[in-house]
Amino acid sequence: MSYRLGVDVGGTFTDLFLINDETSMAVTAKVPSTPEDSSLGVLNGVRKICQEHSIDPKQVTHIMHGTTVATNAVLTGEGARVGLLVTTGYEQILHLARSWVPGGLGAWILFNKSKPLAPMKWTRGVDGRIGADGEEVVPLDENAIEESADFFEQAGVEAITVAFINSYANNAHEIRAKEILSNKLPSVTVSTSAETVPELQEYERAISTVVNSFVKPKVSGYVKNLSQRLESEHGDVKLNILRSDGGLASAEVAADYPVNLLMSGPAGGVSGAVWIAKQAGFDDVITFDMGGTSTDVALVQSGVAQVRRETVIGDISVRASSIDVRTVGAGGGSVAHVPELTKALRVGPKSAGADPGPAAYNKGGEEPTVTDANVVLGYLPSSARLGGDMEISKELATEAVRPISEMLGLSLHEAAEGIIRIVNENMFGALRLVSIEQGYDPRDFALMAFGGAGPLHANALGVLLGAWPVIVPRGPGVLCAAGDATTKVRDEASQTFIRSFSKVGKNELLERLRGLTAKASATLEADGVTDDEQEISYQCDVRYSGQALEITIPFEIEELEQQGLDAVSNRFDRVHEQYYTFKLDSDKEIVNLRAIAEGQPPVVGADHIPAGDTDPSSAAYATQEVYVGGEKQTATIYDRTKLRSNDVIAGPAIVTEMDSTTLILPGHSGEVDRIGNILIRPNSSQENDGF
Amino acid sequence: MVAKIVETAEVRHSEVSVDPVTLDLIESGLVNAREQMDAILFRTAMSPIIREQRDGFPVITDREGRLHAGQFGSPVAGFLELYEGTVEEGDVFITSDPYACNGAISHCNDWLICMPVFFEGRVVNWSAMFGHQTDIGGKTPASMPVDSTDYYQEGIIIPPIKIISGGELQKDLLKLILHNCRLPEWNGADFNAIVAACRTGNNRCIEMIERFGEDTYLTALDMLLERNYRSMRKLILDTVPEDKVHFEDYICDDALGMGPYKIACDLWREGDKMIFDFAGTDPQSQGCVNFLLSDQMFKMFCAQFMINMFDPDILLNDGFFPLLEVRIPDGSLLRPIKPAAVNGRTHALGRIFDIISGLFGTSNPDFLCAAGFSSSPHFMFSGYDQNNRWFLLMQIGFGGVPAKPLGDGSDGHSLWPKFRNIPNEYIEAYYPIRVDRFETIADSGGAGFYRGGNAVRTDYVFLRPGVVSVHDDRWLTYPWGVKGGAPGARSKKVLMRASGERIVLPSKADNIKVNVDDKLIFETWGGGGWGDPLERDLDAVQYDLDCGLVSREGALRYGVVTNDEQEIDLAATESLRGEIRQSRGELRLFDFGGEVGELIETCQEQTEQTPPRPPEFAQQALAQRA
Repeated sequence: MSYRLGVDVGGTFTDLFLINDETSMAVTAKVPSTPEDSSLGVLNGVRKICQEHSIDPKQVTHIMHGTTVATNAVLTGEGARVGLLVTTGYEQILHLARSWVPGGLGAWILFNKSKPLAPMKWTRGVDGRIGADGEEVVPLDENAIEESADFFEQAGVEAITVAFINSYANNAHEIRAKEILSNKLPSVTVSTSAETVPELQEYERAISTVVNSFVKPKVSGYVKNLSQRLESEHGDVKLNILRSDGGLASAEVAADYPVNLLMSGPAGGVSGAVWIAKQAGFDDVITFDMGGTSTDVALVQSGVAQVRRETVIGDISVRASSIDVRTVGAGGGSVAHVPELTKALRVGPKSAGADPGPAAYNKGGEEPTVTDANVVLGYLPSSARLGGDMEISKELATEAVRPISEMLGLSLHEAAEGIIRIVNENMFGALRLVSIEQGYDPRDFALMAFGGAGPLHANALGVLLGAWPVIVPRGPGVLCAAGDATTKVRDEASQTFIRSFSKVGKNELLERLRGLTAKASATLEADGVTDDEQEISYQCDVRYSGQALEITIPFEIEELEQQGLDAVSNRFDRVHEQYYTFKLDSDKEIVNLRAIAEGQPPVVGADHIPAGDTDPSSAAYATQEVYVGGEKQTATIYDRTKLRSNDVIAGPAIVTEMDSTTLILPGHSGEVDRIGNILIRPNSSQENDGF
Repeated sequence: MVAKIVETAEVRHSEVSVDPVTLDLIESGLVNAREQMDAILFRTAMSPIIREQRDGFPVITDREGRLHAGQFGSPVAGFLELYEGTVEEGDVFITSDPYACNGAISHCNDWLICMPVFFEGRVVNWSAMFGHQTDIGGKTPASMPVDSTDYYQEGIIIPPIKIISGGELQKDLLKLILHNCRLPEWNGADFNAIVAACRTGNNRCIEMIERFGEDTYLTALDMLLERNYRSMRKLILDTVPEDKVHFEDYICDDALGMGPYKIACDLWREGDKMIFDFAGTDPQSQGCVNFLLSDQMFKMFCAQFMINMFDPDILLNDGFFPLLEVRIPDGSLLRPIKPAAVNGRTHALGRIFDIISGLFGTSNPDFLCAAGFSSSPHFMFSGYDQNNRWFLLMQIGFGGVPAKPLGDGSDGHSLWPKFRNIPNEYIEAYYPIRVDRFETIADSGGAGFYRGGNAVRTDYVFLRPGVVSVHDDRWLTYPWGVKGGAPGARSKKVLMRASGERIVLPSKADNIKVNVDDKLIFETWGGGGWGDPLERDLDAVQYDLDCGLVSREGALRYGVVTNDEQEIDLAATESLRGEIRQSRGELRLFDFGGEVGELIETCQEQTEQTPPRPPEFAQQALAQRA
């Protein structure tokens, strides 16, 4: 008997999802997180789930883990002391960045730029120059690198990034510099830009590599520590980490390129949503993960999440593939306010966060938040448990919202509904970004809601988007752990290779692709995924010669062999027209080539819940006054754990569970499916057209 | 309005009551629509000037052309005022003639596309955008000849015409236009990109009408204007004094050897109305530095400045327009008479921001910002590459952002919204050029309690023979400092021949022949400093020293003495600061780095350039004034 385990570390809980390899069935567990050292929580969880199901810990052979260690290091600015070695004349590469001041006309008046992650005082320039064609223009000054090593040592840097101009075309100088530095400073990790991101654009390549260096010691330490402890309890266990692009990587590879882990957390949620959606029979889903301070959304088509070639974290954007998750600063804690001069109603971006939190939590918060508006309207009843034993005070929520209603000249409930409508609109904006603006019609998709606040707002967003059904899975926390455990091992190798379609030879392309395949494949091989278990797919980033945009076009190797680039060319024209309403007769060019190697995903079934007879009344435990569209109505409150499949819940209704609350609006019904999801649909087809 | 709008539906919308929440939903919908227009443009445009540097500006206006979302004022109003023809469903208009749209665009490189949004047979909105075309023909590559004396020398001029008529693209017309451009493929792609972006704006407006209902939507548009009027009115009454304040600044030269040109403005308030009077501004130039300043654009600039300063929560539209009155004399540098040359208008356009800053700062010294990077220095390089293909690179540079009440000015950043630098690896991959140095210049930001941003130095090494243009300003006059802050450094362009010869180039020059291995050292200018440099936090000075942003010598301007390790000597610093305090005079509100007369006198010695002679103004301008 063997088991594989998914583990997700959240702010409050660590969730576990254990799969029996033989039966392909899964069980779950939940333990408190241990923020001071999150590996402790992981170990507690593993012990608990093994005990509860009488499993010998040694039978757990694979542990799949999503982690926010890298993300937090960047967001809190607590990373390594990074030294930066650049080409002479480019010492201020991070300081100048792209010369961009965010905001509108005159925004410079308010703009104060943050300091670079690799401080300028630890940045050194060395002579040596590669041209754009990859030829050496000036030989590398190796003495200067030796001197830089001394300088870095004196400065006490813990990690070094080497980022030379045009290294994407030829990285010989970077490799040589790394050798010299590593020889002199064996205890310092050295990352080179072309090995991390072999793509054109010096600033983007440098910052991506610096981020990698910045988080590396922390991530390596965490992974090493966790592996050792796991091994001592489980013997020979394989630890995999979930990457931003939704693929798994071995702990070793993950620790070498932690820049690929920045979105590991959200990627787990989306992967879990993909898995749940498949179980529920839906392949095309938009995911909607609303938490306390922000909301993440992503689009999944045919069971595959959209991936983009960029990861945005705080005010830094790096070149690393990640699931195309768009984030808006709108969550349960977003604060509503009415500016004095305009008397407009604004919600966010300021958030009350977890501390002091919404006024209703009675932890000292006084500003009106989205959660307070939900409480005022009755959507969040005092019987709802917020993932713990937090009490909800309707009185405090009302006190907080009242000033808003006075400033707007509205009733209390109108003001609270206004706050909800505005925050929904902000999230609607993000949902449009991943759907309509990419040429997808949201009415062809289901909407999957999770996160602490997602199920409260999901029905309303279904109305705005016209996306039905709205799917609310059980236990939103465990979703991420399920995602960690049910996704595939993955690696990709890419290379900038700018060639116009009219000039590039088929054989030249095939040769490059063979090289990339070997590279990606070797990583999986090292992970124990043998050649015949691997699936290789290919992509190239294409644009009309001269454009800035690159559209990623997948292709088959056979297509290339038989038709050259014709198939890619036609596909690109089609996608360009879909996105931008026109296509051009211009020549096209390849920008990047990419080979992706993936292992097989485990086949896992979700637990079925007991079947019922469509009548949910045995799960009902209370009623509650709610205000919808200015009208007072009575909603029934249900206990999620007591619902059975086939139950149909008529709105207005509220469904509570341990860490989330679902609102079903009047005119809608929620049907419970066999694995416990609530599928919300409008009662009449009129509601079908959202926007 | 001269334009005749042809509508098939008679029904007028009726005013309804709109709740405040719906109003906010529609407002944010308009802002989102504009952002989507930007996204479409940048992704699909082809010229680096739009796709990388982002020189393109979308707006959504109401039926009358009043702006609801956008940054540079509504170009639709000017178009509607002068377009003599019909506006029908399916039409899309184009123009590049500043004189035919009341300065909605300010040089012929900007192509303006206006698309009426029809809903059930009636015009409800306009979706419009202009974008800078790299080349539109004429006598020099990039179509901005510094020696032009009328605008016919500046490339093809497109009058306001229907480029799409009743849904049909006028292919021959487009062909005629593109045939006059040196890089027709870029112009063609950028044209498509702008139209696609406008279509996105169009679709978003229609969707909002379908979602909220026409009556609600159109009533809300009026209410949003009214709301903006009310909040700006209050802001004006609270912050603008009735007493007249005066401010003036200069364009250094006109590329014809004359200068500087004065831009002067008086600001005062009468009741709830602000009046800007440019009466003291110099007459129009015979050369290219004229700037046809539209009232709309100027009002929008002022309002943007005010809200950023006083209340960033306000979202702008044209509602406040009646509260501002702009008086610009005909035949002046800011209101030249057709066919005056205008291609070099970027210098005066930029300087307008310093004028606005100076005016508001004089009346509210607490909010005074220094002068800064108020221009777009251009670099152009053209020739034939190793495959004998003609190429043209045009690049906009950046420099020091002014120091402001909230902190230091950024080094080498853009004052223009959205603008970015072009990656040097991109330039090297696509053009026969190598960028050997790209950094900010130590000590070029004005000293102050808050330091002005540093200028940028870029070293271009040419790998093929070709022709270079440079267009810049602030080489003679300084980006001024405020409240005791020092001015930023001035700009300079030096050509180092492969032979070792050193040539200081004029600030504005075309047709500079360069050869393989020649190097152009392109230095922009710094931002002015804010407040007393002797009060600057020592940690901040130490940081700048550690980063190489300020040198040991430069630190002395802050009264800061350092040892050989560049560490601050506290005792010596205290005593030096004391000495300077004793010897210096009273701190001035503005430090212009000297009167114009002094700058002319020291010009040759300090800038290695011949000082400009006083301007001889264009005859027609003088006639107009008389």
